[in-house]
Amino acid sequence: MATSSPILDIRNLTVDLPPWADRPQAVSDVSLTLAPDEILCVVGESGSGKSVMARAVMRLLPAPHVRASGGSILLDGEDVLRLSDARMRELRGRRVSMIFQEPMTALNPVKTIGAQIEEVLELHTPLRKRERVPRIVEMLAAVRLPNAAQLVDAYPHQLSGGQRQRAMIAMALILEPALVIADEPTTALDVTTQKGILALFREIQRARHIGVLFITHDFGVVADIADRVAVMQHGRVVEVGTTDAVLNAPTHPYTQALIAAVPSLEPRARRVASEAPVVLRVEGLEKTYHSGGGFGRGRRVVPAVKTIDLTIRHGETLGVVGESGSGKSTLARCIVRLVDAERGAVVMNGVDLMRLSRRELRKHRRQIQTVFQDPYGSLDPRSRIGRLIAEGPIVHGVPEQEALSRAHALLELVGLDPRAADRFPHEFSGGQRQRIGIARALALEPAVLIADEPVSALDVSVQAQVLRLLADIRDRLKLAMLFITHDLRVAAQVCDTIAVMRAGEIVEYGAVGDIFASPSHPYTRELFSAVPGRDWRHPRSPISDPANPP
Amino acid sequence: MNAFLQRFARNRAAFAGFLVLLAIVAVAIAGPSLFHAGPFELAGPPFSPPFGRYPLGTDMLGRNELAGLVYGARTSLLIGLAATLFATLLGVVIGGLAGYYGGALDHALMRVTEMFQTIPSFLFAILVVAILSPSIRTVILAIAIVSWPPMARLVRGEFRSLRNREFVQACIAMGMSDSRVILLHVLPNCVSSIIVTGSLLVATAILTESALSFLGLSDPNVMSWGFMVGAARDFLQRAWWLCAIPGVAILVTVLAINLVGDGLNDALNPRLRH
Repeated sequence: MATSSPILDIRNLTVDLPPWADRPQAVSDVSLTLAPDEILCVVGESGSGKSVMARAVMRLLPAPHVRASGGSILLDGEDVLRLSDARMRELRGRRVSMIFQEPMTALNPVKTIGAQIEEVLELHTPLRKRERVPRIVEMLAAVRLPNAAQLVDAYPHQLSGGQRQRAMIAMALILEPALVIADEPTTALDVTTQKGILALFREIQRARHIGVLFITHDFGVVADIADRVAVMQHGRVVEVGTTDAVLNAPTHPYTQALIAAVPSLEPRARRVASEAPVVLRVEGLEKTYHSGGGFGRGRRVVPAVKTIDLTIRHGETLGVVGESGSGKSTLARCIVRLVDAERGAVVMNGVDLMRLSRRELRKHRRQIQTVFQDPYGSLDPRSRIGRLIAEGPIVHGVPEQEALSRAHALLELVGLDPRAADRFPHEFSGGQRQRIGIARALALEPAVLIADEPVSALDVSVQAQVLRLLADIRDRLKLAMLFITHDLRVAAQVCDTIAVMRAGEIVEYGAVGDIFASPSHPYTRELFSAVPGRDWRHPRSPISDPANPP
Repeated sequence: MNAFLQRFARNRAAFAGFLVLLAIVAVAIAGPSLFHAGPFELAGPPFSPPFGRYPLGTDMLGRNELAGLVYGARTSLLIGLAATLFATLLGVVIGGLAGYYGGALDHALMRVTEMFQTIPSFLFAILVVAILSPSIRTVILAIAIVSWPPMARLVRGEFRSLRNREFVQACIAMGMSDSRVILLHVLPNCVSSIIVTGSLLVATAILTESALSFLGLSDPNVMSWGFMVGAARDFLQRAWWLCAIPGVAILVTVLAINLVGDGLNDALNPRLRH
């Protein structure tokens, strides 16, 4: 594989950050090579410098603040860092092209797909108009887009996320570049869509002999697609090797810790508390969204949740699993009545929350608390942490002093220094904020905790810590938990029972062990087969801590 | 707070505007003790040129031009601030309710807002003053009535987006009452936009007041810059400075307020920091 001379040869690359950044260099002394016919995955957590390095190759760094200050990037023997702007423009698209994470923003929304691809041909080739169109259609067909001839005239918003990413790939490959840089190209996609895109990548890369620099944070994706892997931490490459060597026998402690933090697909053996009393019962819940309408336009009716039945017992964690748009978040919002459902009942302690007036509901809200997804958006930026946690109890009549001192104890419970109570949310990292969010939910001593994708915005090592904290608190306080996630690996680690949702309906519902061992519904099986890296098993302990590797 | 002041002071133009404004406020406050007799007293011969016995000369009736300017500053600032306060209160309440509750209430309130916006605002102000008979109070009322809609739309937009932020949802899920969520969590998060827009409203209010009194639609017992320009316009060829001096005062004040408003925007807007 890596026998011929490399298409990309990065030597001692250093990229400086502006003086106000938290460290002097985004990338320090990185050396990597990429053979003309291989996929090199660069893995790392947020802030590891992997994206900055990729952009340096394209010379797309946000100048003048961030700039390459040392080393060289040899593309076919030419040093990218020392080329003229004109020569660089010539190379971009023709020799090296880039695929971005979010195809909705990477494509121009007011131009058709065809026009955007045509622009690339216009800039770099002498082809005439009538020669260009067949070439575009051929390329769109090559990335397995249906009705390629019609898609030429489609606008980005008329395509689904997966189709847009395919169109991006077509645009990147139309000039048959020797090197493609893909920066988290499947991170914004659902797993079933991601599976198709990864397969396409592999196929096209093999057929056209392209070198691919693939940036990702997901070891599952690495296992599926990479020939070789480079692991980055704090701007440095800590380990490089073949996929097999890095994933199955990592030598660097950081790689070992990262891999150990990836949740296993094998469910944890927990006793299903079938005898425990039912804490929360959801019956026939229905919610439909109406949009548009007015002035003769028809109203669009989107059923978000259709007749959902669920029960959660004392100490049980029910996982609601589904892809985006499956209605899982709407379900959570209906249960806590942030959104009013049209029909159905949510019964807690014999009281149907759906029937309560807004005033009565306020008293009952404390029993059912939510941990939100976005660690940056879920805390009031103008509230001090202690106040933020104590406010719920204060609203429910706890004297202020008592509530504030309990907030200190809660901070300790979630593993933060109680002295942090006087600080503001922006002074904390994402994982710490999520701990604060958990402390806030626990302050009201709820019987049910709703966790809406609580770890999906976090890095894998932080994710493992927060999951461990949630599991620990649930077991200690005997909480019932509704855990919403799109990630089957996470679900396997925290849930006792699982409900698989698609298009507002539960298609499969049962004990986690049973569903993972033998999924019965076709959609569940499709979901399982799409989990990246499902065949990769690594020796590990359940939810271990990368900060203190075993 | 300290960081905010530092960011504000770093903007030279805004800081200069702030100093000018401070000087105008000081003069306005000191006014009565400088000119005990008030602006309408006949001080000397009419049409004395500036830089003679009277620093800025006298007008066509022999009134001290400087006294008029100083008392005019009081009127302009009082009306500018009072009208803005009133308009902001109205705009925040209407916009806030519409944005937070949405639905039918939002529809109703926004249609009312649009109704006010479709009427040319200056004509509307003239109409209100003419109907209610000119006085300081009616001028303040008229200016407030024509200037609240932009504030309402701004606050509605901010409330709508904050309403769906997770931290607000968390507050509701904790069992807080609507008034507590709005006053303690939503409103503080859009105070900076309100302050910036409010500061620019002051400038507009001063201009509107000047225009009204130029047309003679202001309290006849109160000296104001617009009135001075309006009264002197018949003598423009003989004594142009009688128009120019209050005109420049209006220009400088409005410019200073606009600079301060821009500076506040830069200093308060978290996306522009660094």
